[in-house]
Amino acid sequence: MLQRLSFIPLRIAQAVPVVFGVTLVVFFLVRLLPGGPAVALLGEHATPEAVAAMNHQYGLDGPIWIQYLDFLRNVVTGNLGTSLFYQQPVSQLVAVALPATVQLVLYAIVLTTIISVPLAALAASRPGRWPDHAVRVVPMVGLGMPQFWVGIILLLLLASRLHLFPVGGYGDDVAENLWYLFLPAFTVAISMSPIVIRSLRTAMISVLNSDYVDTARSKGTPPLHLFGRHVLRNAAVPTVTVLGVNVGYLIGGTIVVEKVFALPGLGDYMVTAIFNRDFPTVQGITLVIALMVVVISVVTDVVYALLDPRVNIR
Amino acid sequence: MTEVLITETAVRAPQLTRRPFRLGRNRSRALRPWYRITTLMIGLTLVAFLVLVAVLAPVIATHDPIAQNLTAILQPPSAQHWLGTDKVGRDVFSRLVYGTRIDLRVGFLAVLIPFVVGSALGAVSGYFGGVIDAVIMRIVDVFFAFPFYVLVIALVYVLGSGERAIYLAIAAVSWVSYCRIVRAEVLVAKNQDYVVAARLGGLSHSRIIGGHILRNVIAQAVVYAMSDIVLDILAIVTLGYLGLGIQPPAPDWGGMIIDGQPFITTQWWLATVPGLAVVFTGLALSLTGDGLADLLAPERRK
Repeated sequence: MLQRLSFIPLRIAQAVPVVFGVTLVVFFLVRLLPGGPAVALLGEHATPEAVAAMNHQYGLDGPIWIQYLDFLRNVVTGNLGTSLFYQQPVSQLVAVALPATVQLVLYAIVLTTIISVPLAALAASRPGRWPDHAVRVVPMVGLGMPQFWVGIILLLLLASRLHLFPVGGYGDDVAENLWYLFLPAFTVAISMSPIVIRSLRTAMISVLNSDYVDTARSKGTPPLHLFGRHVLRNAAVPTVTVLGVNVGYLIGGTIVVEKVFALPGLGDYMVTAIFNRDFPTVQGITLVIALMVVVISVVTDVVYALLDPRVNIR
Repeated sequence: MTEVLITETAVRAPQLTRRPFRLGRNRSRALRPWYRITTLMIGLTLVAFLVLVAVLAPVIATHDPIAQNLTAILQPPSAQHWLGTDKVGRDVFSRLVYGTRIDLRVGFLAVLIPFVVGSALGAVSGYFGGVIDAVIMRIVDVFFAFPFYVLVIALVYVLGSGERAIYLAIAAVSWVSYCRIVRAEVLVAKNQDYVVAARLGGLSHSRIIGGHILRNVIAQAVVYAMSDIVLDILAIVTLGYLGLGIQPPAPDWGGMIIDGQPFITTQWWLATVPGLAVVFTGLALSLTGDGLADLLAPERRK
């Protein structure tokens, strides 16, 4: 167990260069803007003097590595700059927007699991038969569906026509959001499930073919018990991993879905910022999302290593 | 979505070695040619159909896709306008047909740069190992930390919307997938007898990679490219939906969906039909990719 715990600092150490890389990418992203940040701030018709003055004021005329160190120092102290459009610190905007996104992501993960596990089990229990083929073809259709379009269709059918769910909006507390966020989370889950089902099916088939399942079966363990105690338990680890690896995809999806359902999350703020050429906000949100993904993947790996004693720790 | 498909390939990767001719494999191929061939055939037929629609767009379309007619807006489907008209009176069917042209072209072209760059870097990384490998893989890790859409959207924003920005943004984000896939394949291939033989024969590294290894491992990258085109088309459509993609009035499925969204309760087909076109395209390419995977690496399929 001690050896297992020592894996944690190692994994965190591995993430450090990635975090640096992420800050570098985000730092240079803004420098790709035509004319640089100053021109973006002042507009295309700014005089060269005004641009130079602005560059000087924000330290944009110094050597690039000093600028980067400044940027890094600001990030570490939680200073993500000031939004041009909202006229308030980007860190405040992130704090306001984060709860909606986090709730949506968590809700989507729960729904994805509820959808994927039974379907993967169905496919894995009879590999090569028609339920298996069905479960393999349906994801292909699912993977080709634009998320925002699925959202629009769900809105049309379940909210506008059948009035089962609200058309949009956001509740005051978590309980209300179980209701308000159902459709957006379901939309994300629909596009997430195909991927999870695929991996989970493979994992379950290999568990079903293993010796200990044969042993349990030969002892006369009832099928349901066998599935719950042996197969599902061992397939849970790959599920966690698949979800962890794809959390970036999942968060990326919520960005677009938030726009469809008008949810006040990070994605909504980011898209609004883009249309108002508010680059500090775009930069800050991009950074926060990437850091979130790094942290989640570290946590997943640690949980994975602690859960499964067979995991080979590098 | 990029990160996703990779994991599966990466996890399974070590199993694949281009084994020499073996009876067992041949037999299993003979036993299940049905699924493989039908999948590939259906996929290719659908793709051929789409390409045909794209090429023959001027012949198939019944109207000019960008000609407005403000006296006939939001009309329901009729003999004259097969799918009705949009909010400025443009013929929806014609826009759908011309949209095939744009979205398919951008989707296919967008795959080229990441395919070439990613595969090359992956091959170099896997073949040489050591410091080069470590550096390239750390860069890959960094790009994997950004969700596909977040980085694509941010890049399109700084590069300015339009086709060129879409190609660059997608290339910047999706080369990492090819890099990982090819690297994993090369790691296995470089210890194979034919590579050792080539090395003993005194061939240069570039000839070994280019002439021997890549030829044997590129199949996986090609298979992945099929699903990557689907991702790219979804990205283009999504960017169009956010107003950052193909600029209006050029017909793009994503733009058509956002144009139709306000009328979803009255003219539901405006937003649904272009989405169905995307789904159809995705299905065609996925079936082709799945069929190709079976054909090119049958021993890997379970």
